[in-house]
Amino acid sequence: MAGAKEIRTKIASVKSTQKITKAMEMVAASKMRKTQDRMRAARPYAAMMRHVIAHVGHANPEYPHPFLVPREIKRVGLIVVSTDRGLCGGLNANLFREVIRRLKDFDQQGKEVHLGLYGAKASGFFSRTGGRVLGQAIHLGDSPKLMDLIGVWKVMAEAFMAGSIDAIAVASNRFVNSMTQKPAIEQLVPIDPEKDKALSHHWDYIYEPDAREVLDQLLNRYVESLLYQLVVENIACEMAARMVAMKSASDNAGKLIGELQLIYNKARQAAITQELAEIVGGAAAV
Amino acid sequence: MADTIQVGIVSAEKEIFSGHAAMVFAPAKLGEVGIAPGHSPFITPLGPGEVRVKHGDGHEEAFYVSGGILEVQPGMVTVLSDTAVRAEDLDEAAVLKAKEDAERQFHDHEARVDYAIAQAQLAETVAQLQTIQRLRRRAGRG
Repeated sequence: MAGAKEIRTKIASVKSTQKITKAMEMVAASKMRKTQDRMRAARPYAAMMRHVIAHVGHANPEYPHPFLVPREIKRVGLIVVSTDRGLCGGLNANLFREVIRRLKDFDQQGKEVHLGLYGAKASGFFSRTGGRVLGQAIHLGDSPKLMDLIGVWKVMAEAFMAGSIDAIAVASNRFVNSMTQKPAIEQLVPIDPEKDKALSHHWDYIYEPDAREVLDQLLNRYVESLLYQLVVENIACEMAARMVAMKSASDNAGKLIGELQLIYNKARQAAITQELAEIVGGAAAV
Repeated sequence: MADTIQVGIVSAEKEIFSGHAAMVFAPAKLGEVGIAPGHSPFITPLGPGEVRVKHGDGHEEAFYVSGGILEVQPGMVTVLSDTAVRAEDLDEAAVLKAKEDAERQFHDHEARVDYAIAQAQLAETVAQLQTIQRLRRRAGRG
């Protein structure tokens, strides 16, 4: 009966672990639903903006905003959007692998890379690997406000406007469905001029005070909203990945408990058999 | 069609209002504007203030915006509202915070990415994940 107590303790500990992973799974599932809603809620704004920008850009070719003019790319800005917490499967590792592959490409082309980081995981990763980090924001929480994201973006945008970087891209996870998330790197600025021939109508806006100021504000807000959307999407990915990871952890715990239970029963049975044999043996000896 | 106008008030974080209205008032940078159905295409930045939507029955709804952009197309008004109070100094503070955060952590920090370390880091995580998967498969068979 020596092993029985240890096995019982082990079963109890696995059970409590299972309770935790089960709870985390359910929390992640409900948060995922909320973040997905938030992701969807952010879409009309960006869609509306894209439409207006395409129009204004089309109607006012005489004012080339720096965000709209492609340049020769010598130095690149890369914003990496990661999660603050772990326990979400290979989500961050997959993203970082993609980022490192891209960084290597840039390195081979002789392009310098400046980083902007969101999330504690990216911050930790790049503090170990090295890299030129211009700005970072960590502990954004599950429902970041646009204001929380502006710092890092502005640092990058200032560098872009000053000409010390020539393009800014964002690396983040894209939400395919709750089982699949895909890392992707998307260029933020210069904005790809939308080749929309349908826009050659004859009307134009009345601008107040002038097209330049409107366009200026519009483009900044547009890029910020895109960035916001990517960050929110990354959080939805985080929750989905955590849900799946925690589900399989709970399943594994269940299997483990089953196995341990079997071992425990066998040990108990062996002990009983042995005791019986001893009694019978003792009786026979008398 | 001519007596109402489609109104959408959206912010980067959510859709605030969507529906029809008889008239819309907005706090444009150069003074309040009223948009009636059939207004010509118009675009302007907004200052802080109230966007008021007047319904067909005369009833009014007000939404506070701290700034944003108003876009008018015939039969359609869109308010792209800011979600936060935007001021140069506030933005500046956010920039400083992001920079300082980075400087504190990445002070004396290698500027070049060390690919060997990066690969090692990634390999470690991937190995952990693979171990978990192997364990799971074995448990599945057992």
